[in-house]
Amino acid sequence: MTAVLEIAGLQKTYRSRKGVRRALDGFDMTVEAGQVHGFLGPNGSGKTTTLRTLLGLIRPNGGRMAILGREVPESLPDVAGQVGAIVESPQFFGNFTAQDTLSLLADAGGVRKERVFAVLELVGLRDRAKDRVKTYSLGMKQRLAVASALLKEPKLLILDEPANGLDPGGIREMRTLMRNLAESGMTVVLSSHILGEIQLICDSVTIISAGRRVAAGSVADVLRSNTSSAVKVSLEPGVDMRGAIELLRANGAQVTVEHDHFMVGNAGNPAQITRILAEREIYVSELTPVSADLESVFLQLTGTAPVEGQNRQVDQTAAAAPASGGWGQ
Amino acid sequence: MSLYSAETRRLTKRRFTKLFLLGVTLILAAVAVGMFFTNEKVGPEQIASAQAQAQQDYQRSLEQFQKDMADCQAAQGTAQASNWPPGCEGMVEPTIDNFQTQWYMPPTFNFRENFGDMVTTLAALLALVAFIVGASFVGAEWSSGGMMNLLLWRPQRLRVLGIKLAALLVFFTALTVVFSAIWTGLFYLIAQARGTTDGMTSGAWQSIALMELRGLALVIVAGAVGFGLASLGRHTAMALGVTIGAVIVFQFGLGTVLAMADVKFAEAYLIPIWMIAWMNKEVKIEDYNSCDFNSATGCVPDALTLTWPMAGGILAGVFVLIVVASMWTMRSRDVT
Repeated sequence: MTAVLEIAGLQKTYRSRKGVRRALDGFDMTVEAGQVHGFLGPNGSGKTTTLRTLLGLIRPNGGRMAILGREVPESLPDVAGQVGAIVESPQFFGNFTAQDTLSLLADAGGVRKERVFAVLELVGLRDRAKDRVKTYSLGMKQRLAVASALLKEPKLLILDEPANGLDPGGIREMRTLMRNLAESGMTVVLSSHILGEIQLICDSVTIISAGRRVAAGSVADVLRSNTSSAVKVSLEPGVDMRGAIELLRANGAQVTVEHDHFMVGNAGNPAQITRILAEREIYVSELTPVSADLESVFLQLTGTAPVEGQNRQVDQTAAAAPASGGWGQ
Repeated sequence: MSLYSAETRRLTKRRFTKLFLLGVTLILAAVAVGMFFTNEKVGPEQIASAQAQAQQDYQRSLEQFQKDMADCQAAQGTAQASNWPPGCEGMVEPTIDNFQTQWYMPPTFNFRENFGDMVTTLAALLALVAFIVGASFVGAEWSSGGMMNLLLWRPQRLRVLGIKLAALLVFFTALTVVFSAIWTGLFYLIAQARGTTDGMTSGAWQSIALMELRGLALVIVAGAVGFGLASLGRHTAMALGVTIGAVIVFQFGLGTVLAMADVKFAEAYLIPIWMIAWMNKEVKIEDYNSCDFNSATGCVPDALTLTWPMAGGILAGVFVLIVVASMWTMRSRDVT
């Protein structure tokens, strides 16, 4: 596979009277051709700064970037025709219609006029194409933004929060659209906070926190390498659960008691649980590995999981090291 | 070229542009209609009427003088004498020269003499519209996010801003040329119907053409300054705010301070006088506190003449300063 997008050691520093803030601190990212790539990070982690820098809106302080094998920002004018992008919330001039807006962009970019109608159809705005943009809902503006990004039939599509404001039907349509685009050979970079969606539609992800990459790879790899080794244990009815828990704790297990079962948090080798309990003639009725989803991996990696009694501030992260090893291994 | 045509389309499609053009057209139409109805052609009938009116007023004034003189003389030696000049001296008998026929003539539009003011009116109105539309054209793009969108399509900042400015200036150049031609034709017709077009030699036409050319330059500079200021501040309000600030500081504040400090030729520090100098080719400012005594002419105040090349230099300087500053910030700033 060839890399459509490469970022290495990207740095961006903002200086103000309040001091110096490193928005990007040696950030790396690679996106292979034909993939739907999720770009994740908490608020203020540097996602939008990365995209703006990549698209020539912000000047970096260091690092290198390449799109479609060409160094940017130097070659950006040459590759811009093959990159469709929306950055942050959709922003259009409210008094123009959607058709006017896209038509003017098509003129500016030397794109065929027929594409305007094609993309309006594609994003479901055909019947509202002649309405002023200021009468649109957030979701409709989002669709228009996606339409503007698709207008030039890009090889690389960069979408920042494309599902923002969409209704459930719209989110599903967007998911299908992304998949279809990827199948047609387009590479899609998708920044979103709807992690369930990312997990559903992305082939690979990059997770950024505090301006640095904290995880990257295929979704399955990222989940696997960051999955905790917890298992859910249920015993036969009538069995002394308290005794079983004390037995396991005495052997070093980290046990959390639930209503009718308990969790062993550091079960690197679940067979150890059955052996210890069986030796005392306690038999388990259920032993289920607790599979991690992208949301929990994200919260773990970015250190942004809510903590009871604390109000987390934006920019406040506590990046944790990926989980490894465990009791019983 | 595609970007240029897109920007021209964007400019002409904007409701703001359409509204301001409609507004300025209505104002200009009102001026033309007003000039048509407040002027009339002067013929033998009007001259005879003016002469009769002048003669009538002269006679009335003379009768009043004679009556006053008689009253004054009758009052001499009585208590009422204090109501009159001592010895009735200083009471001047009116002459026919005090009632010249020309002062009783109805207003008439002399194209050669009066059209210059109309050119200045047109240029001032179009310059105001160019300034506001220019500021809004780029200011609204910045504040709505349209500029960022455009830069995603054409990541060539100077080229994008330069073409946008070029589209604006070419549009207003064409608009000013068309409006000037219509304005000239309209007032030529008004002069023919309600005044005179006598004395319109080729030299007079050339002078009008040059004045309209200076008006065009004023419109272009105003458009570029509005555009540049709004681009610097990334908002239409920036240009309007700076203008209001400049008017308050330079016109009212500085004008008052200079007047209080008795600064010589204080008007030369104010903007309107330079615009008048530019349009009328020159303007003379006199310092009434000074006295250059001459036995032949008496006390003559010092004078400073502002000429159109001087005003043109200032206009060019402001144009270059604002446009270069807006281009430089466009090139160097992060677009966030």
